[in-house]
Amino acid sequence: MPGVRLVAIGDFSEVLLEELSRRTRIPRLAGRFDPSPALDPARGQCDSTRLILALRNRYAIPVVGAARLDLFIPVFSYVFGEAELGGRAAVFSIYRLREEFYGLPPNPALLLERALRELLHELGHLAGLVHCQEATCVMRPSHSVEQIDARDADYCEACWRLLDQRRPLALVSDPPPPESAPLR
Amino acid sequence: MSEPKPSLLIVDDEQVVRDSLVHWFTEEGYRVEAAATAAEALARLAAGDVDLIIADIRMPGMDGLELLERIQSEQLDAAVIIMTGYASVESAVRALKHGAFDYITKPFDPDDLSVAVRNALEQQRLKRENRMLREQLAESQAVSELIGQSEAMRRVREQIETVAPVDTTVLIEGESGTGKELVARAIHRLSPRRYNPMVVVHCGALTETLIESELFGHEKGAFTGAQYRKKGKFEAAMGGTIFLDEIADISLKTQTDLLRVLQEREIVRVGGTQPIKVDFRVIAATNRNLAELVKEGRFRSDLYYRLNVFTIHLPPLRERHGDTALLAQYFLEKFSRQMNRKFTGFERAAMELLVSHNWPGNVRELENIIERAVVVGREPLIRASDLALSRPAETTDDLTLEAVERKHILRVLEDFGWNQTQAAKALGIDRVTLYHKIRRYGLKQPERTRISRA
Repeated sequence: MPGVRLVAIGDFSEVLLEELSRRTRIPRLAGRFDPSPALDPARGQCDSTRLILALRNRYAIPVVGAARLDLFIPVFSYVFGEAELGGRAAVFSIYRLREEFYGLPPNPALLLERALRELLHELGHLAGLVHCQEATCVMRPSHSVEQIDARDADYCEACWRLLDQRRPLALVSDPPPPESAPLR
Repeated sequence: MSEPKPSLLIVDDEQVVRDSLVHWFTEEGYRVEAAATAAEALARLAAGDVDLIIADIRMPGMDGLELLERIQSEQLDAAVIIMTGYASVESAVRALKHGAFDYITKPFDPDDLSVAVRNALEQQRLKRENRMLREQLAESQAVSELIGQSEAMRRVREQIETVAPVDTTVLIEGESGTGKELVARAIHRLSPRRYNPMVVVHCGALTETLIESELFGHEKGAFTGAQYRKKGKFEAAMGGTIFLDEIADISLKTQTDLLRVLQEREIVRVGGTQPIKVDFRVIAATNRNLAELVKEGRFRSDLYYRLNVFTIHLPPLRERHGDTALLAQYFLEKFSRQMNRKFTGFERAAMELLVSHNWPGNVRELENIIERAVVVGREPLIRASDLALSRPAETTDDLTLEAVERKHILRVLEDFGWNQTQAAKALGIDRVTLYHKIRRYGLKQPERTRISRA
């Protein structure tokens, strides 16, 4: 299986994408993906399932889309992200990870930490992991930023074992830069 | 071994909803299946192993609320969350009235759904656990209350366990006070009808007019004083058991009505015309010989044969060899607990008195005697004088005056728990005289007896 890649959706921040790529050692694809086919004007949101399908159609390799749009799936008012379980495409959004969304001053460092956890979470699903009940595991289900903040930016031992068995996504495709914080 | 993951069934005619929820719950670690229609969901439910159903209200054919009603009426073992894209107070109330655990409006907040599902599954788990514990308790209580190691009682317990699961009529014969109602309750508790009521009718206590209205109910204005429509006991039994105690005491006319109900399984309220379907199991009891009453023409033979499908004969206490001591100890512990007293057993003389008594009033008489003894007695042992029983007649033909005196002194000593001051006072002699007589007759305080329940 070819290594997974990060791709910017719409106007996703270049700086943030670079930082996520550096921290996870996942290369990013050049260019940006146009989300307009997945936008839902009635809801003013982006349908994450349609976005995933569009990503699958556009890329032949596994990709994780990083978005700034408010994502939803039809039955939910919003989602932080969505992934094909054990599939080829996933997407996450920083829309509701920003402090500004909750009426607070911007906090770029906190946003990076939250985005990193969401990215790792969707990567886990892409590798076939389901939710984990371990208190600090990044695969623990989270439906609020408080829950995201309570998780580590890492998988628990059990999830790592499952990831090792599956060796799915070649999380590391480049040698890690010396200053980077390893995932474990 | 880890517990199996909870199983969810998504019921929605919209594929996108089914797919989204199946995907979402799969990620959450649940076992998830989907059905596009209510009929498909019912078919899936029939196969069992579904913990929670999340069903849409609006679906072609049978809608979500009808599905919910079917789940309730067929007592299918799954919790239900109703979802809708078109919330209305009416449908929410209807859903909750029909037993839905929750009602959520699409699109829902992921956290709300997650919490609703978690809570519904927890409630479902508690309900199942509660039912299981109640079943275990009912099973252990049902027969354990029928205390006795005698062969006769062992046979009764076996009969109860045999007949309880079979939905047949039972006739319990036995003298007054032998525990016929206890047997009826045990049968009900061990039967599939145990979650429905057991209704008791003491036929002997009611006049002919009253018993009709009691059994079959009455319409408003059916007779003077019938100001309201009233349901009868057969209706009140609602899928449960009706216990007709003292069945021999009902009049020939009521016997005819009763026979019709047993045959037709429907009743007509007094003053009414509409037949009402009723679902019940009958357990009847009598302290009379029904076969004799049939011969005498005082009991309808066809009703007798209807009732006499399976007969349990409860033996009188005097024939239950060895059970009196056990029952006495059981009642002593029961009433001591109830009255917060610290009795541990019976003095030997008290137990001898209990065992030698003829018990014409059977277990009820024994129960009353022990209850009184717990009230009047002094802890820790019940004495013979605490028991309101007349002593069995004793032969004194071959006893000398000395022997009579010895026996009398011994009895008084026992009655006062070997308190020599009180015994001397009762005998009208001083303590020193009593002391000498005790030595002279070689009287010794018996070891305290304590009978423990097997």
